[in-house]
Amino acid sequence: MTEHLLKIHNLNKHFGGIVATDRINLAVEKGLIHAIIGPNGAGKTTLLAQLSGQIKPDSGEIEFDGQRITGYGMARRARAGLARSFQITSVVMPMTLLQNVMLAVQGGSGHSFRFWAPVSNDSAMKAAAMASLAEVGLDDRANRIAANVSHGEQRQLEVAMALAMKPRMLLLDEPMAGMGKEEGAMMVKILKRLKGDMTILLVEHDMDAVFSLADQLSVLVNGHIIATDTVENIRINDEVQRAYLGDGHA
Amino acid sequence: MTWFPQSISGRVYAAILLILAPAPFVFEWINQPFYLDLLSRALILAIAVVSLNLILGFGGMISLGHAAYIGIGAYAVGIPSYYDYYNGWLHLALALSVSASFALITGAISLRTKGVYFIMITMAFSQMAYFTFLSLEEYGADDGLVIYSRSEFPQWLTMDGGTSLYYWIFALLLLSLFFTHRLVHSRFGRVIVGSKFNEQRMQALGFNTYRYRLVCYVISAMICSLAGMLLGNFTGFISPDMIGWARSGELIFMVIIGGAGTFFGPLVGTIVYILLEEFLSLITVYWHLIFGIMLVALVLFGKGGIHGWLSRLDRKGAGHD
Amino acid sequence: MDWNLLITQLLNGLQLGLLLFLLASGLTLIFGIMDFINLSHGSFYMIGAYFCGTVVAKTGSFLVGILLGLVGMFIVGALVEWFIARKLYRSDHLDHVLVTFGLILIFDTLVHLIWGAGGMAIPLPDVLNGQFTLGSLVFPVYRALIIFAGLLVALILFILVTKTRLGMLIRAGASNRTMVEALGVNINRLFLIVFALGAAMAGLAGMLIAPITEASIGMGNDIIIVAFVVVIVGGIGSVKGAFYAALILGLIDTMSRSYLDVVLNLAMPVAYAETAAPALSAMLIYILMAAVLAFRPQGLFPPAGMK
Repeated sequence: MTEHLLKIHNLNKHFGGIVATDRINLAVEKGLIHAIIGPNGAGKTTLLAQLSGQIKPDSGEIEFDGQRITGYGMARRARAGLARSFQITSVVMPMTLLQNVMLAVQGGSGHSFRFWAPVSNDSAMKAAAMASLAEVGLDDRANRIAANVSHGEQRQLEVAMALAMKPRMLLLDEPMAGMGKEEGAMMVKILKRLKGDMTILLVEHDMDAVFSLADQLSVLVNGHIIATDTVENIRINDEVQRAYLGDGHA
Repeated sequence: MTWFPQSISGRVYAAILLILAPAPFVFEWINQPFYLDLLSRALILAIAVVSLNLILGFGGMISLGHAAYIGIGAYAVGIPSYYDYYNGWLHLALALSVSASFALITGAISLRTKGVYFIMITMAFSQMAYFTFLSLEEYGADDGLVIYSRSEFPQWLTMDGGTSLYYWIFALLLLSLFFTHRLVHSRFGRVIVGSKFNEQRMQALGFNTYRYRLVCYVISAMICSLAGMLLGNFTGFISPDMIGWARSGELIFMVIIGGAGTFFGPLVGTIVYILLEEFLSLITVYWHLIFGIMLVALVLFGKGGIHGWLSRLDRKGAGHD
Repeated sequence: MDWNLLITQLLNGLQLGLLLFLLASGLTLIFGIMDFINLSHGSFYMIGAYFCGTVVAKTGSFLVGILLGLVGMFIVGALVEWFIARKLYRSDHLDHVLVTFGLILIFDTLVHLIWGAGGMAIPLPDVLNGQFTLGSLVFPVYRALIIFAGLLVALILFILVTKTRLGMLIRAGASNRTMVEALGVNINRLFLIVFALGAAMAGLAGMLIAPITEASIGMGNDIIIVAFVVVIVGGIGSVKGAFYAALILGLIDTMSRSYLDVVLNLAMPVAYAETAAPALSAMLIYILMAAVLAFRPQGLFPPAGMK
């Protein structure tokens, strides 16, 4: 029996006359990496923004782990166990990597209306943060300031932060955006390690990465999902070939 | 770590505290009571500036209405005294509760907005407080109100006399410095600082940043009302003039001179401001012109205030940068 | 009820509203287009009054005073934009607050240096000094002129904003700055013109009110906050919003000051009403602002295209 962690019913979003999301139905199976691909402007980021609560859909429902979360704001969805990374790196730049991840641990562990005890003495939290940093291979750089590490490392930090919240599902918005070959390979390695343990909805441009990581693929064109299938079947799907892979996927 | 601060900035700040501690006796010895007045006023304002720094420096909330809380604290002494209620605990309870309520209501509205909106709305609400006090004929309106006797804390500590009031001020200042230090390094403080730099990320981490900011705003207002309570006692006279938005502007100025988002910056900034004001107004009646030019220059050239300058010295001393 | 008093108060409210509009229209455009918070906008109001007063004293003509005053304020605004504001558009709002707060100190002291600490009275020509009667209503000619002038400027501004190319750019800039930049418009010049126009209109408000109140140091520092409230209530960047909000707030403020005690009297004893009314009327416009923010955080008339 398959269990779906995230279900999207008839999701719609218009900006003025432009249709960004057109009656999207999607179900993400627990424990799988589900990738969403599509040409530029297909509405991938808008879809992710609606899933994370950054923007509100015009109509439709989003269900996460049996809970209707359509009306939840960003923070509440995150607390419900839906963590995200951003396409454009979004970390707290003046803080160290460790401090950034500790914030994420804090976010995933109840409220933070604790006014007295210094965070830096909290060894349990530090240990949890270090573990997440180790998962993405940044543990040796824990005390560097986020603004001073490389772009690739900042992207890894994003993933570490998402992991540190102990989420039940990850929404990753182009984790390989702007990365070089080596950095990209590193990220693929990190995500491969998560495979099987973590449910991931992955939006990514890098086709090689997507094909090597994803269990399921959905193809988004003009705000509408034209196909959802396994990687193998998508590769041979004619409609997908025409709409997307056909016009030069490089 | 040792007990003695290693950095230049740390040493300067430690020295300032060591100088401030025995100040009343020194001034008495050299027979200069006026200096004690000046310093007392500076340290009272420093408490207000410390509280503003909490939201502005650490939290990135630019409030242009913080003087309202000085006013609330001062009237919490003045109005009961008008009816011959001199009990200090009553004054304290009033100052804290009224400032907290006012901050909760106005903060709940203004924190829904960002940027220029937030600045203007905090300013508008403080102006509302200003005009409200101005319209209270019973309490002197724009003529203000004389407080004939200081707050009384029976069987406890007295505020009577310049020296004992000074130590009240000094103690509350240290307390507010210590408190903000703990607060900023707590879980709560991390959320506040994180939200200043990247609010969207903090929300994605599950923090309802609005609530954290609102609580921070209320705490800051309550600390500021302590400054107002002390100021009412110190001057023995209160008037709506304490609340005007120019006062709030000066508070921001003091935060910036010292260095926003640092612990001792507000204290140093306030002392420097008060001394400059005193010194310049002796030289010329047009001293506001010099202040204005300084402000413009500070923004265009002097990043980080005095603390920024000291830490640049630190980095030079340490041989990198 | 004294109907003549009511009508007089309504006209006074209208006059206050139009003065607020003159101040707020420039402010709202500067906020909306440059995302720049200008605390010293009230200084333009003050300097305008002093410019006008000086010219009137030299030439004896109020009209020349206004015209030269307008030119002078346009130049002052342009200079402030050129030398100071322009450098700050990209820095954060705290810098705007600090610098423009500094400018207030500088302008206030400069006025003190040039014109002295006392106020400056501006004499009106005899024609404007009288009163006119309409039935049993007696109303000062000059106040009617302020209303007329305010409406005229509002009309000119509306035509400028809705019918001209400059106005098209201004509207586009208020709702979407990057788009205007993408159109290849000389954005620096647009900013300069908007800023200087805003200064001239604030100056005009000061010139119009000065014959009644005298020009004095810091005269703009209180009314500017009300102008901020107008901008917030009307919606940042919206001239139309500023117009309606200014009239609403002007009327509410004036009417509540004269009639709130009567209204409160219906619900409470006279003694309480007389104490509560001034306090409540002082708070009323801010309460209105809070209410608008609670229900429509973008203001009553946000510029088109803004969400």
